[in-house]
Amino acid sequence: MHAPELGEQFSDLEHQAAALRFGMWVFVVSEILLFAALFTLYAAYRTMFPSDFRAGVLHNTFAYGTANLFVLLTSGLTAALAVFGARTDRRVFTGVMLSTTAGLGLAFLAIKLTEYGKHIEEGSLPGPWYHYSELPTFGGNRFFTMYWGMTGFHALHLTAGVLVMGWMAVRAFQGRYTARYHVKLEMGSLYWALIDLMWIFLWPILYLS
Amino acid sequence: MSAPAEILAESTPEPDYLSVESGIWSWLNTRDHKRIGVMFLATVTAMFLIGGCFALAMRTELLTPNRTIMDAMTYDRMFTLHGVTMVWLFLVPSIPASFGNFLLPLQIGARDLAFPKLNLMSFYTFVLGAVITFGGMMVGGTDTGWTFYAPYADSTPTDVVPVVVGIFILGMSSIFSGINFIATTHLMRARGLRWGNMPLFVWTIYATSVIMVLATPVLGMALALVGLDHALRLGIFDPAVGGDPVLFQHIFWFYSHPAVYIMILPGMGVISEVVTTFAHRRLSSYVAVAVSTLGIAFVGFLTWGHHMFVSGMSTFDAGVFGVMSMFVAIFSAIKVFTWTGTLYRGQILVRTPLIYFFGFLFLFVFGGMTGVALATQSLDVHWTDTYFVVAHFHFVMVGGSVTAFLAAAHLWFPKMFGRVYNERMGMLTATAVFIGFVLTFFPQFLLGNMGMPRRYYSYPPRFQFLHVLSTGGAWLLGGAVLLAIGNLVVALRWGARASANPWHSRGFEWLTPSPPPKHNFPVTPQLDFSPYDYSMTEEEARARAGAR
Repeated sequence: MHAPELGEQFSDLEHQAAALRFGMWVFVVSEILLFAALFTLYAAYRTMFPSDFRAGVLHNTFAYGTANLFVLLTSGLTAALAVFGARTDRRVFTGVMLSTTAGLGLAFLAIKLTEYGKHIEEGSLPGPWYHYSELPTFGGNRFFTMYWGMTGFHALHLTAGVLVMGWMAVRAFQGRYTARYHVKLEMGSLYWALIDLMWIFLWPILYLS
Repeated sequence: MSAPAEILAESTPEPDYLSVESGIWSWLNTRDHKRIGVMFLATVTAMFLIGGCFALAMRTELLTPNRTIMDAMTYDRMFTLHGVTMVWLFLVPSIPASFGNFLLPLQIGARDLAFPKLNLMSFYTFVLGAVITFGGMMVGGTDTGWTFYAPYADSTPTDVVPVVVGIFILGMSSIFSGINFIATTHLMRARGLRWGNMPLFVWTIYATSVIMVLATPVLGMALALVGLDHALRLGIFDPAVGGDPVLFQHIFWFYSHPAVYIMILPGMGVISEVVTTFAHRRLSSYVAVAVSTLGIAFVGFLTWGHHMFVSGMSTFDAGVFGVMSMFVAIFSAIKVFTWTGTLYRGQILVRTPLIYFFGFLFLFVFGGMTGVALATQSLDVHWTDTYFVVAHFHFVMVGGSVTAFLAAAHLWFPKMFGRVYNERMGMLTATAVFIGFVLTFFPQFLLGNMGMPRRYYSYPPRFQFLHVLSTGGAWLLGGAVLLAIGNLVVALRWGARASANPWHSRGFEWLTPSPPPKHNFPVTPQLDFSPYDYSMTEEEARARAGAR
């Protein structure tokens, strides 16, 4: 009667799943506000230095950012398919989808690091290390400081997400997520969607002009 | 109504939460919201006393116009220690993390919070943050004040990084608690408990949690960036490389203004419970208090600019922020009139919490009215960064939140520990707290209006008389607070046993024995009535809650 995963404060698993799902949504909202502070700073500095920001965006490699957009959108699909797999009790399918999501996350990081390498080479670095010769202005410095801050912060979240996805993949192969109870998988997937969503907003303001 | 009344009150099939397990480990590793609440209470009370010591050191230094007991740099560190400790380590977590944690499930008839493990994690996150913040200040000698204004915080030779890292971690603790409280309020209410019947303390904890979840991450980012600026010279807020320090103020106050409602809203919840409990009467308007709580939480997000009237803000913007700020006064006034109206024709029982209530009423209204004056740009320009502002926010924060914190400690002491404190000592200390407070901070209004700037080490001799008054008041206040807390600590061990409901309150938390059993209610209650319905007798309320 009393399932092992059921906390004693809840009457049944459905109640517990509803609470966890709800709590996760509140956490997601909180995370959005964390990024909102950075977006606000970006908007403010872009208003102060419109032409430098435009030059910075034009300079960024459209192909890297867009490739990453597709990688992340695809990973969003596989993360959602993992939830579908759990709902329909497909153990291996769920595990494969979660591993694919983690793999795509690593691919994103690989592309991002390649791009960072290029920035390091040309000197478009944040703050005191900024020595990019084609845009030797305060505005250029501001743009690349924000660029590194925002993408770096996103990459930190994504790295945490990759770890979560990898861990969940192992648990999925062990058959821990059943059609009856897989709310933690849903929560992980929701977190991944957040990471995905962040890039959907970062991509246009950093790569599209 | 088949179940007999004893089910909830008399028979205890389960031992109470304090004696169910023993040993340090059973506390440190507990998932019980009541024990975690008690651990938070002990921690924040310790922080409060430490922060108070810094204040006394500061006030003692200000006895004479020049050096009294410390040099200027030590003084700067002292006000930073006082501000950081009181704001981040005491006021923000004070009522929600301790009494909120303890009472929220009891007041909604739940067995625990929705996420007990997260709750314990929140406690340890808090402890970790507190250790880092405190250690950072002691070792690094931070001298920025609690606001870390850029560009000074970017470039001060003292250490800023550990302190902002510590506060970032404290913020995570806030967010964890906020998520827990919101989910619990939404999903863990007992059968029959509608939003329109929820205890008002729950409403305020809920509104506070919303602010914690939405505003704290923004503060976290602001402080993280200042920390990066200080450590790596990124210059995000440094005008020397094109950064804008005013942007720091914007995102800092986007949290830190709503944060004052994190500090005061739970206090207002406590006050609502105190006034109904000791007037034995339902609130003259439940809806007015609940709605104004949400109103304050909402409008609070749109008022941050009033901290920046002299930071190059346009007159129009200042006007808008000023008007938004005054809305807070309207909502607060609604509450104040409702509380006073509740006393009318009540059966008033004068006990320590009610003395704190009267103190709260006077100090909060006084602090609030000076706030309205400060929200007016033309007046604010004169008073900015003077003792007038210091006196204003101490009237609201100390006169409001601390008074409410002490009221809560006395009101719920029998509930939490099953003991009764010495009532005469309680009333005496409550009165002394009030007198000491007024003596400390009223002179500061006068000093501020005469032009005494805040955070200054020395001052012209003509200000000395008022400074001496203020310092004397501070020592009286400190002594009174210490005695008040000591009175409770003594009662922990030597107080007489309390009955289940010594105040004869109708609050849901009093339906269960005091101290409550581990799972709160011997029988899952059905709460389809108001916690302020004094037309029912206690027995009727128990029987109704116990009915299956």
